Amino acid sequence: MRRGLLVALGYLIAAANVAGAQAVPKIKFEKYTLPNGLEVILHEDHSTPIVTVNTWYKVGSGDEKAGRTGFAHLFEHIMFMGSQNVPVGAFDKELEAAGADNNGSTSEDRTNYYENLPSNALALALWLDADRMGFLIPTMDKAKLDLQREVVKNERRERVDNVPYGRGDEMILAALYPKGHPYSWSVIGSMEDLGAASLDDVKNFFRTYYAPNNATITIAGDFNPAEAKRLVALYFGPIPRGPALPARPNVAPVVLAKDTFMVLEDRVQLPRAFYDWPTVKLFDKDDAALDVLASVLASGKNSRLYKRLVFDMQVAQQVFASQQSSKLAGRFEIDITPKPGQSLAAIDKVVQEELQKVMNEPISDRELERVRNSFRSSFLNRLSGVLGKSEILNSYNYMAGNPDYVQQDAARYEAVTKADVQRVAKQYLGKHKVVLTVVPEGKREMMLTATANGGDR
Amino acid sequence: MKARMNAGAALLAVTAAASISGAQTLDRSKPPTLGPPPKVSLPPIVTRQLPNGLKLMIVEQHELPLADFVLVVGSGGTMDPASKGGVANLTSSMLTEGTTSRSALEIADQIAYLGIGLGAGSNWDAATVNLHTPTSQLDSALALFADVVLHPAFRAEDFERVRKNRLTTLVQLKDRPTAIADQAYAAILYGTSHPYGHNLLGTEASITGMTTADLQSFYGANFVPNNATLIVVGDVTPAQVEQKISALLGGWKRGNVTPATIADAPKAGATTVYLIDKPGAAQSSFRIGSIGVPRSTKDYFALNVMNTILGGTFTSRLMQNLRETHGYTYGARSRFDMRRSAGPFTASAEVVAAKTDSALIEFMKELNAIKDTVPAVELNKAKRFLQLSMPSDFETTQQIANQLIPVVLYGLPLDYYNSYVANVESITQADVQRVARQYINPASLAIVIVGDRKNIEQGLKAVNAGPIMIRDFFGQPITP
Repeated sequence: MRRGLLVALGYLIAAANVAGAQAVPKIKFEKYTLPNGLEVILHEDHSTPIVTVNTWYKVGSGDEKAGRTGFAHLFEHIMFMGSQNVPVGAFDKELEAAGADNNGSTSEDRTNYYENLPSNALALALWLDADRMGFLIPTMDKAKLDLQREVVKNERRERVDNVPYGRGDEMILAALYPKGHPYSWSVIGSMEDLGAASLDDVKNFFRTYYAPNNATITIAGDFNPAEAKRLVALYFGPIPRGPALPARPNVAPVVLAKDTFMVLEDRVQLPRAFYDWPTVKLFDKDDAALDVLASVLASGKNSRLYKRLVFDMQVAQQVFASQQSSKLAGRFEIDITPKPGQSLAAIDKVVQEELQKVMNEPISDRELERVRNSFRSSFLNRLSGVLGKSEILNSYNYMAGNPDYVQQDAARYEAVTKADVQRVAKQYLGKHKVVLTVVPEGKREMMLTATANGGDR
Repeated sequence: MKARMNAGAALLAVTAAASISGAQTLDRSKPPTLGPPPKVSLPPIVTRQLPNGLKLMIVEQHELPLADFVLVVGSGGTMDPASKGGVANLTSSMLTEGTTSRSALEIADQIAYLGIGLGAGSNWDAATVNLHTPTSQLDSALALFADVVLHPAFRAEDFERVRKNRLTTLVQLKDRPTAIADQAYAAILYGTSHPYGHNLLGTEASITGMTTADLQSFYGANFVPNNATLIVVGDVTPAQVEQKISALLGGWKRGNVTPATIADAPKAGATTVYLIDKPGAAQSSFRIGSIGVPRSTKDYFALNVMNTILGGTFTSRLMQNLRETHGYTYGARSRFDMRRSAGPFTASAEVVAAKTDSALIEFMKELNAIKDTVPAVELNKAKRFLQLSMPSDFETTQQIANQLIPVVLYGLPLDYYNSYVANVESITQADVQRVARQYINPASLAIVIVGDRKNIEQGLKAVNAGPIMIRDFFGQPITP
């Protein structure tokens, strides 16, 4: 699920430029492609006797059809329900008995499946993953679909419907992106669409997207590369290449014609305001500067919005800012929760002041330095575990077109200047936005409006 | 049709390649035969002690230029005085909010500038101060770490800010059914006079009444070197660590620590359903269980194996029943929370409101069924999982440091993890059955359910698991 992913990314986005700071090391790897189109990435790390097998399918919620939101993620669940040679329930039982941790996740852009297991069990993971890549459909039935449909509906309740402010994001996505845009609906999807998914949808989706030529398998950790190659060829080699993939949606940059102010009543004690601007996609030339801007505004006690609203004035309980960039598009979000009895409209005035300031004047050297250093050490921290490294290699392979990208990625943050930060603030946060106020039930008067917001632009 | 032909062609190609490299046949119908699991020997732990009583526990790990430091102070929320709930937790929170020579903003500036992680927290049994740093910043990072440990200022204006934040956190807690369920479950199980019955974050009343003198007093009484161990894991050597830590923390003064005295927990009564109304809740939050065992229990391994079978992993009985068979929930689990004294045993899930009654029936079925003999194959799966998954908990410096915290807190032997596999192996079907019968009593459970009363109460009555009592968010009877 995307929620997990965003948290993980936020973690990385913590640092920049201390004298003598360590450079980000390269991740050594080997990449090759099987005749059936399956990409294979191998990364050896023998420091602990464990190995991760991490398969990325290049399909996510952004590929879903109208009326079937949430399907890519529902399908992910079905992938654990057994296949031709793996009876229902056996997938997880075999892995647990071998000491494995395994899971999957779905984002707008991709779906992943990983097993993290003792190094002697590599063949088990490959056997299981090959069986569900090649032979899922023969034992697929409506009972499997119906069961996981209920599980996913409960996942939605647990992550969205029964969580304070949880339903806000779907309103924002629908307002921020034009109708039909692949990011205009949530990864988890609507209850109605989850209910409508059919067995034919499952079969068609599998035939369309779950083919070796749409997948990358990364093996990271303690293994013998010759043996790993032999096993990959043995289990995955015979799986036929699938038909040509439908083109990924090609979308134009999002431009809002006006500001939009919305309100959502929720079972909450305190209101919360969300501000969202369309920005740029991952690895766009302005992506890193927007990350830096988010940190300058709301990461740590010295960040501008935190310091004024939470530390000095003590009118807000929390403030977050993030540049959330994906394969096709990105958005910049600020959200703020006032303390009890504090006016969101008054807080909004301070937000507008601070945004004007960051658009009109360069940030300080110290601010830039602090943020860069935090980013720099976060890159180092990402390299500690083999599961994390397998995810990084897959991510760069798909998103940047090259697994060997960690140093280029880190260099983006080294290159950001004070002028860049000021420019992107003006260029993106100076444009139209979507503002959602989630308010306690019956308190619609707490909603931020164009007037409170200093007039429509 | 076309796909099938392609498959045949690809298969031929592989067979041909295989015949060149040697005999290779592929029978997909059976799992591959695996070689023996890797031998795991955990890195050696070096111990030292400074003259002031501070113990050092050092593990070298040179894979990346990083190091983790965890100072474990052996006093936690269990020590909160009765009317001062939250004092241990707030004391830890205040460590990074200003020292005698640095303001809160200066500390935060340093953390970001150095690109390090530095924070403090507390649980029932301990306060911890954690540092994660690239070794290139080791000296500056350790100087900051030592400053927050030795010289917290507890300034009034910083405390007021933190207090307001905490009071708001407690207000927001009312929005989250899962947090309400946890809070009420503890209070119902232990009662309000037992330390484990209170919220570690405190209450509105206790936080409002707290002063910096309370924090000073908790800090002074408990943050002494002879009550602390510093765990160090990473790209460092024991000699280097000892030298640096002696210089920074060698002057820390000893003190007399009064150990926590924990009252006996109340005796559990007959199984009762405690219903907490959360109008509009899409799911019902279940917390079912009883008072369990302290970490020192001799049944640790038997309980760990038994709980793995009952609700510890994805293929455990609770998860398979409530999620993978019935689809009532996204996840169901169980856990023995072992502390210095007996912490709770809890089975839990977030269940779709309409299936609240059915879910309770299935929970009760599993809590009864675990008392029967567990099939050997299920026992072995659980044992293999516990044994073979252990190395993945020792991969990063941070993970290794965290694994050493219970060794410090509960006096486990230094070779604890090296004998872990053999200890798990020794557990038999009879052991599992014995501990299930001893520690899980379906006739004496607290069943706490936070949900939309008007939709779920009738169904719960019909299940007839026990009398239904209506409670508030703190687990207390509702006074009209």
